[in-house]
Parts: sequence; C-alpha cells; structure tokens
Amino acid sequence: MIDIVIAPDNKTPLFKQIKEQIKDAIHIGSLKQGDPLPSIRQLAKDLHVSVITTKRAYEELEKEAYVVSTIGKGTFVGQVNDDLLKEWQMRSIENDLELIVERSKRLGLSLDDLNDLIAIYYKEDLL
Amino acid sequence: MNVILLDNITKKLGDFYFKQLFFSVKKGYVTGLVGPNGSGKTSLISLITGHIQPDHGQVTIFDHKPHDLYVKQNVGIVLDQLYMYDDFTIHKMHQVIAPLYEQWNEEKFNFYLNKFKLPTHKKIKTFSKGMKMKCSLLFALSHEPKLLILDEPTAGLDPIFRKELLYIIQDLMVREEQTVLFSTHITTDLDQIADYITILDKGAIKLEGDMNDLKENFHIVRGPKQMMDQDVHKLFVHVEHSPTGFTGLYQGDLALFENLDEKISFEQAKIEDILYYVIKANAKDVMP
Repeated sequence: MIDIVIAPDNKTPLFKQIKEQIKDAIHIGSLKQGDPLPSIRQLAKDLHVSVITTKRAYEELEKEAYVVSTIGKGTFVGQVNDDLLKEWQMRSIENDLELIVERSKRLGLSLDDLNDLIAIYYKEDLL
Repeated sequence: MNVILLDNITKKLGDFYFKQLFFSVKKGYVTGLVGPNGSGKTSLISLITGHIQPDHGQVTIFDHKPHDLYVKQNVGIVLDQLYMYDDFTIHKMHQVIAPLYEQWNEEKFNFYLNKFKLPTHKKIKTFSKGMKMKCSLLFALSHEPKLLILDEPTAGLDPIFRKELLYIIQDLMVREEQTVLFSTHITTDLDQIADYITILDKGAIKLEGDMNDLKENFHIVRGPKQMMDQDVHKLFVHVEHSPTGFTGLYQGDLALFENLDEKISFEQAKIEDILYYVIKANAKDVMP
C-alpha cells in the first residue's frame, strides 16, 4: 500500500486528504489498475480516523471512477485510460503554470524573463 | 440499519424527564453521545440496558427487547461504575462470568488481561478507578459483543490509556457489523473515532449528525464588533461578545462571509465548540 499522510488540523477535511493522496498515487502510477486497496475499515484503523471518513473517501473515488468496489471482494484501482491520465497530469501542470504566471506578472517579470527561468530549470533537471 | 432504537420515549425521573425522545444508533459505526453533566446521558443508556423502563415508548436492540437473552449475549457494557462484587478477584470473576457467554473468547480475555496489566488475584475493592474501568472493559470485550456500550469510559483514565482505549475501539471497528455507543463529556475522545454524534441537553436531543457533515458545516467565526447587528446575529447558533470583538458558531456555507472588508477569521468547529455553543443557545431558550 502507498503511504498516506494526513494532517488532522489541516483546513482540508480528512476524507479529502485521503482521497487526493490516493488520486495522486494513481496519477503518478504508484497505484495501477487492478491494485487492491485496503478495506474501508482497515484503512480507518491504520490512519486512526473514523470509519465514515474512509468510507466517504472511497465513495467519492468510486464516483469519479478511480476505484471500483465489489461486494465481498473489496476495492480496486479502476480502469484508468492512458490518454485520460495524461490529460489529468497536463491539467495539473496547467494549474501550476497559471499560478506561476500570475505571481510572475505581479513581480513584473516579462514573458521572456519567465521563459528564461523555465529554461534554466528544465535543463538543470536534465543534468 | 439501526442497532439501537429508542422510539418516542417518555420517562420522568424526578425533576428530569425525556419527552417523546427518538434516538438511534447505526449498525457498523461509532456513535458518540455528548452532553454536559446532568444532560441525561447515563439515564439514556440505562433505558437501553433495561435498567430503567420508559413510561411510554419502546426500546429496541437488534430487534429485541433490552432484557432478551440475545441482547445479553451480544452487548458489552462498560459503565462509569463497576457493578461487580468488590470482594471478588479477576480470577474468581472469570470463573463466574465466562460460562455465561456462548461466544466467550478465552484468547481475547488473556490478550486484554495482559494488555491492561491487571492483577488476577487482588480484590476488586483495592483497584483504582482506572483499574476498575479496565477490568470492566476486559470482561465486556472478552465475549466479543456486536454492540459495545461505553458510558464515560475515559473519565478515570490517564492520558496514555485513554489513547489506547481509542485505538482498541478502532481495532474493533475493523470487524464489519461492529457497533459502538460511546458517551462522554470529554469531547476530544470523539473527534478522532466517532462516525456519528448526538448532542443531548436537558433530556432532549439538540443536534445529531454525521461527523463529516458537522465538520464541514460548523465553523467558529471571529470578527470585529461593528460587524455584528441583529441580522448578522441571527445567522449564528450562538454568539459571545468581548471588548475586542465577537466569537460565534456559524452553521452553513462560508461563502456568505467572503468579500467582506472586515477582518474575520474562520476555523472548523471541534465537537467541543459545537457542544458549547449549542448548549449556550439552549440555555437562552425559554422552557415552555
């Protein structure tokens, strides 16, 4: 099972924290289609949260088709379309970029300045 | 599905009374019963356990009456006072109690006995309050009850064992169909483990709900004095004023407070906050 780290005092509700971390794990591929997830009750015990919290997280994941539940068998990572997966990841990058552009504009950076910056980081990563 | 159902209960106990009370506990979850001292938590539990009879209305547990054998076999009860023979030892009590239960689990008994570090050959009357609680819990858990009822179990416990008790309950909940009713005035016990909460005050249920909904819908809002007028006041469950501003419990969508010029702060309400403000609001209401 993947690591799930929750912060009870965080503003984000616990069920959402759990849900997002499982989604992230699916997005980056550390959880793959067909992988079993712990039962609602086992996960509640392991995270020291109430049953209703993990239940809500799983219910929402199921609604968004990230996981499938079969009575008596358990919960598994659902069929995640590769194109869709890529699209999700793109959307997440776009969201991050939007923030970066916004902050750069506030600082008075030009598009060229920003492009240069991105280029530096892009290349640095390749080294 | 409900494991416990109190249907339209009326009961007079001296000055105190329940009037047309409805209360239920859902199967497979931890329900927390909270309320100030004297709110009726223990009386409500006594109705469930059959120690007191309602004047009107019906108490149903697993579709049975409180005194049915099925209920006795499948319910474990931990009360804030230990109803056991003071002159008995755990060793002796084990001999008396174990044969009474069809599902007595000797392995569980030894596991918890070991975990709780209780002396087996000392008389119960020499036990501290915490030890008595553990003793009560030991016997309640050893017949693996489908329904565990705990009345103020953490009252006499040190913080270490309090936490351990919460973990024990979470261990139990791994079992499908395990139900727990947990009454307490120490609300922090419930923040972590409760699925449903019921707030009791003066014999009446003031609020009940699913823990996630409560956390999402109730916020403590703080703001400056000039923001508060009659209309704003009505939005709150209850508001307290101080020379530096107001603090109140707000139920609903926070969007209402967005885009205001005033300096306002929000914070997700804890069970303790909800209890406090709901009880304060209730104290203002004129009794009929």
